[in-house]
Amino acid sequence: MSNLSVLFDAPILLVQLIVSGILVGAIFALVAYGMALLWGVMNIINIAQGEFVMIGGYIVFFLARAGVSPIFGIPIAAVVMYGFGLALYRSVIWRIIDQDMFISILATFGISILLQQLGNQLFGSDIRTLPSHLPSLFLAGGMVTVPEIKIVGFVAALAVGAALVVFLRYTRLGQAIRATAQNARAARVLGIDTDRVYAATFALNCAICGAAGGLVAMTWFIQPYLGLTYTLRSFMIVIVAGLGNLPGVILAGTGLGVVEQAAGFILGAEYQTAFVFLLLVVILVGRNMVLARQRRYLK
Amino acid sequence: MNFKLKTLAAMSVAAMLGAGVAQVASAADDTIVLGAAVSLTGKYATLGHNTQDGYNFTAKRINETGGVKVGSKHYKLKIAYYDDESTSARGAQLVERLIKQDHVNFVLGPYSSALTKAVAPITEKYKIPMVEGNGASRGLFTKGYKYLFAVLNTSDYYLRPAVAILAEEAKKEGRDPKSMKIAIAVENDNFSRDVRDGVLEDAKKYGMKVVIDDKLPPDLNDMSTTLTKVKALKPDALLISGHDKGAILGIRQVAAQKVYVPMLAMTHCDSAKVIKKFGKDANYAFCASQWDSNLTYKDRWFGNPQKFAEDFKKAYNYDPPYQVAESAAAVEVFADAIERAGSLDPQKVRDALTKTDMVTFYGPVKFDSTGKNVGKSMVLYQIQNGKYVVVAPSKWAKTKPIYPAPQWDKRQ
Repeated sequence: MSNLSVLFDAPILLVQLIVSGILVGAIFALVAYGMALLWGVMNIINIAQGEFVMIGGYIVFFLARAGVSPIFGIPIAAVVMYGFGLALYRSVIWRIIDQDMFISILATFGISILLQQLGNQLFGSDIRTLPSHLPSLFLAGGMVTVPEIKIVGFVAALAVGAALVVFLRYTRLGQAIRATAQNARAARVLGIDTDRVYAATFALNCAICGAAGGLVAMTWFIQPYLGLTYTLRSFMIVIVAGLGNLPGVILAGTGLGVVEQAAGFILGAEYQTAFVFLLLVVILVGRNMVLARQRRYLK
Repeated sequence: MNFKLKTLAAMSVAAMLGAGVAQVASAADDTIVLGAAVSLTGKYATLGHNTQDGYNFTAKRINETGGVKVGSKHYKLKIAYYDDESTSARGAQLVERLIKQDHVNFVLGPYSSALTKAVAPITEKYKIPMVEGNGASRGLFTKGYKYLFAVLNTSDYYLRPAVAILAEEAKKEGRDPKSMKIAIAVENDNFSRDVRDGVLEDAKKYGMKVVIDDKLPPDLNDMSTTLTKVKALKPDALLISGHDKGAILGIRQVAAQKVYVPMLAMTHCDSAKVIKKFGKDANYAFCASQWDSNLTYKDRWFGNPQKFAEDFKKAYNYDPPYQVAESAAAVEVFADAIERAGSLDPQKVRDALTKTDMVTFYGPVKFDSTGKNVGKSMVLYQIQNGKYVVVAPSKWAKTKPIYPAPQWDKRQ
């Protein structure tokens, strides 16, 4: 608890924690956004989400090695991953749509193991990083430092999020995706090719993960086994935001980031993740109580 | 179609089994087979391959220079491998298979403390001696194992030299070592907790105050909170341990957030290739290592550490990290003990191992009653001008440590 008094002595550190939290959370939120989309539209919980991030990271990494600036590498990774997503949909995912959710978890779990091991075979288990070549910003007399790459990540996350909202609201495909999410059978009756919608949604999620992977490689590091962290974290963010609440995902992602930073500072890093998961339990129990009350009124 | 698929599946299974069997040929009359389950796939694949390269390179060298002499007969060394897939359960299973089905009399250790921990009870059960160079956890040597021998320093010794340097520098500045403040950030696993214990013990010895003591969860990929604390509490040294990931995160984020500490010390910088990755951002960091090719030991098979490094690079096309060296040393220790035992009997070789007292290119080897090597000491580098220079132990140090590191705005 002595760390708490440090925070009172130097409240500017709180600003640092909040800023770091928001910037860290934004990248997680981006990954969670894709997961929410997939879950909402196709009723699939994608355990391989983190592995898609990993592959995206490696694409940007190898492009950078070949001389492509990471900033351009990110959109390329997104496009490549879109194609990858389509291929994966046509080979595996279409078989598990409309099946029990347990089947989808098993199938994507299998894909995740496969991708991990393939990544390990192809790229080796070395930890790779990309130099961002961006300086850090110093605010408040050096007490608050913000690496610019994290701002780039944050802005990119926001931009992708905004682009998705616009896409879903105003384009034909976006509307078809939303219609399918609401009621797949009705959408089919009205002439929407739901199979194509599913393929596009799945590929879109892969593209989002690909872009996020590039940001991860520039901010932290990539490794064939990093996937689980991102899968778990995005799963959690989607649950906290509530299913189908896409704008809420960004809020939940950044909020959890801030809570995590604060918990790490005050309680120590060993409780950082534990605290966030504890919070998840509290939120779930709380939400269940609210829902139970509503159900009582309905009776 | 279905039939074809089935045939294909059967064929591939047969091929896999065949590959497994082919690796373990039974010992011919003039060969000694050492068994090893190492991580060729999974998360330790890179370091597992280093281990395997170290074993193979040494066995080849010993064979080329006359092999192992037992009585009047010269034997060739042969190593039988399995891939433990970086998982403990698999490692234990495979070592049991090496002993029971492949009838090996001697076992070389796997990569990492976790896997060594899983394997040691098996070798103990069958009374088969194991010499290992990659399990540094202190916990391995408190269980009373009689057939386990480690050529490396246990993990609690990794960052002790850094604490010693801090105390020396404090005295030079005319400060009481008691006034020094230490921040520790370690990954919450066996290895790093041992590193932390060593630091805590030595800090206590000097009366230093530990102001930050963070244990990072293994899935954590960001240590900015710990660094915010460092900024607030201004410790004299920040000690980080978390394998490659810890070294990379430490150097990357300390530089990105321009966190100033007079001493930044960590483990695994060399295997994480921090100089190549971060260039001058890595300058002034202290790095713990088991071994360095600039040391001046003599060796029967390789001559000296420099020769070892050169010959190894010629054969495998990369500079040997210490993981290669310690694996190589394990094979040498076996060869030496088998010759002294004058027998291929596991029990006699085990007894000879307890009396080992030799100098290798990797360092002196002498086992205490728990089986750990008390002959050698850890090496501490500092990165100066983009190069590793040895700064401790002072006996082999070429250069003096730079302490305190210059402020960030004073660096070029």
